[in-house]
Amino acid sequence: MANEKLESTSTIETIENILDRYPTKDGILISALQDIQNEYGYLPRESVETLAKKLKIPLSSVYGVATFFSQFHLSPRGENVIRTCLGTACHVRGGAKILEKLQEVLNLDVGGTTEDMKYTLESVACIGACGLAPVLMINNDTFGRLTPEKIPEIINNYEKDSK
Amino acid sequence: MSRRRILFCAGTGCISSGAFKARDILVSELDRHGISDDFDIIASGCHGFCEQGPIFIIHPENIFYCAVQPEDIKELVEEYLVNGNVVERLLYKDISTGERVKDHMKIGFYAKQKRLVLRNCGLIDPENIQEYIDQQGYEGFKKALEIDNSEIIEEVKKSGLRGRGGAGFPTGLKWEFTYKAEGEKKYIVCNADEGDPGAFMDRSILEGDPHNVIEGMLIAGFALNANEGYVYVRAEYPLAVKRLRKAIEQARERGFLGNNIFDKGFSFDIKIKEGAGAFVCGEETALLASIEGKRGMPRPRPPFPANEGLWGKPTCLNNVETFANIPLIIREGFEAFASIGTEGSKGTKVFALTGKINNTGLAEVPNGILMREVIFDIGGGIKGDREFKAVQIGGPSGGCLPAEHLDLPIDYDSLTQAGAMMGSGGLVVMDEDTCMVDLARYFLTFTQNESCGKCTPCREGTMRMLEILNRIVQGKGKEEDLEKLEYLGRNTKDTSLCGLGQTSPNPILSTLRYFRHEYIAHIREKRCPAGLCPDLITYSIHQENCKRCNVCAKACPADAISGKPKEEHHIDVDLCTKCNNCFEVCKFNAIIKE
Repeated sequence: MANEKLESTSTIETIENILDRYPTKDGILISALQDIQNEYGYLPRESVETLAKKLKIPLSSVYGVATFFSQFHLSPRGENVIRTCLGTACHVRGGAKILEKLQEVLNLDVGGTTEDMKYTLESVACIGACGLAPVLMINNDTFGRLTPEKIPEIINNYEKDSK
Repeated sequence: MSRRRILFCAGTGCISSGAFKARDILVSELDRHGISDDFDIIASGCHGFCEQGPIFIIHPENIFYCAVQPEDIKELVEEYLVNGNVVERLLYKDISTGERVKDHMKIGFYAKQKRLVLRNCGLIDPENIQEYIDQQGYEGFKKALEIDNSEIIEEVKKSGLRGRGGAGFPTGLKWEFTYKAEGEKKYIVCNADEGDPGAFMDRSILEGDPHNVIEGMLIAGFALNANEGYVYVRAEYPLAVKRLRKAIEQARERGFLGNNIFDKGFSFDIKIKEGAGAFVCGEETALLASIEGKRGMPRPRPPFPANEGLWGKPTCLNNVETFANIPLIIREGFEAFASIGTEGSKGTKVFALTGKINNTGLAEVPNGILMREVIFDIGGGIKGDREFKAVQIGGPSGGCLPAEHLDLPIDYDSLTQAGAMMGSGGLVVMDEDTCMVDLARYFLTFTQNESCGKCTPCREGTMRMLEILNRIVQGKGKEEDLEKLEYLGRNTKDTSLCGLGQTSPNPILSTLRYFRHEYIAHIREKRCPAGLCPDLITYSIHQENCKRCNVCAKACPADAISGKPKEEHHIDVDLCTKCNNCFEVCKFNAIIKE
């Protein structure tokens, strides 16, 4: 779980389990970071340090990769990650208004996470569902043909889900 | 009696429009009528007509039902599948004639298309290899196994196929360079890092017909003596990754991938690498660095990947759509392919039609087709009877073309001449409500954000240009800014290390070329002709048009509109946040933006 404080031994075990999936250690850094993020929801400092040691790569290089790609996160994220598309098609069809509405409903800035760790709000450059612009993704689900008025209901469904 | 097939689109678009919910109800309705055994329900890939999703096609009669909502299914089953009466209201309605159309090939959106790369998308179950094989799948590969390497390469060269990822480099030449490069170990890499905002053809090909891409890579592997392949795909495309993974497993089970394939002494396998979110990784050297687990930054070429690519070994890197063209070229011979298109641009190209257009979706057209045909015949024209203003082609690397270019043939060379580019094939259509300065600023914001920072011209150039554009849209632009933009743009273009920087000024340079008057209006008159840039507009009420209905006041989040129903309304400019809500809700043209 994302919120639990983990013991070092379990971190080492987790990292070892992840590394066992790869027959060779060449070029697996990004894949391993993706696996770690799948496990914890973000990249906890301890896990990155352990990974660097195990792969014999300087921590600075691992940090360099982890901060280069927009997919990686160094701090915990909410249970539901909302990604609003600001791609060209969405831009032309009013994607910015969808984002504004989300900010209002969730009382969050872009990149922020609610205090109860339920939602993280992000913007992305394109999720490739331009035909339905404007769109957003919550976790792996895509919602299209949005208007600001539809936002509260969509969020509301996730409220119910977790009860 | 053989079972009838019900194909429903399970592309990302239709799923989000409720396709699976509708499918579930279909299953239980068929069961309720006791006719489940008469039908095969097949989840197909994208039909391209995302605007009309969810789409259900019933074979053998080939009837096309669109925008089928879960609540429509009961009627569809009872009326059509049981009683045989066509449900008229679920057929496609032609926008111009108002007629209902049963056969989708007669719909304007499909009639002018030439679907070669997308031939199976929407017709087969992408998660079942047998369906691909039944459509002569893997025949191209089997044919390739019987011919000489150099002959396969020659075939691709003669076809005239050019890279579909953007730059349009001749594919056959790329193959030849890799083939001739020295080295025991060689790699085939498929670029599925579709990062262009406004393009989703690679996603739909991978979701709708993944085996077509695998077969293309196999043929390349065999021709170039490579036995390892990678597909570098965006992590933002979970469904494409899932279907591709399944397809690779099935290809292994059937012996198309693995060791000593069909006892021909040729071994080949494919791995998936999920991208981690960086637009610059669409550039080939940056993509390879990322596969190696490093920061995805480009490096100078030469050496080209054909000689020194992945792990320093000769590597052939092509885009998804490029590979998807290969099986048909080999199976049918180069002549068939080369007979389509223009002198310099053979074959077809898939475009993603989006923006202010009636029929959004994916369309595959022969190269050389006129822009007008794509936008008005296939795309169904501009949404809401507005005026066409411009089309942005080629994403952030491309350019904006105005109405006088509507009769431009779409091919690599004509587009480049006009100041745009084919790019990956995003076509974003804009109407009079789009501000071209804001659009240029939008693209620059994107490229500036995605610039990896390695080379100075791109890192600094995009930032300085963006600063100027930000000034202009705020009404703080100066006369000399336009020359500065052109100077910076030319320099960034000429001196950046990779394609990202080299093409980043295109949206500015092309809008300056065709829409200079809009820039000038922002600078001299402090006015946004499209009425979009918030700093340059104020809202007021047109008292004669106003019906005092109070709808605008209710829609105003800032309580800036005074007046009760049946009283005169006024907008307090100090409170107004320029959110445009009042303008959108007013049905009487009573909100003035100036």
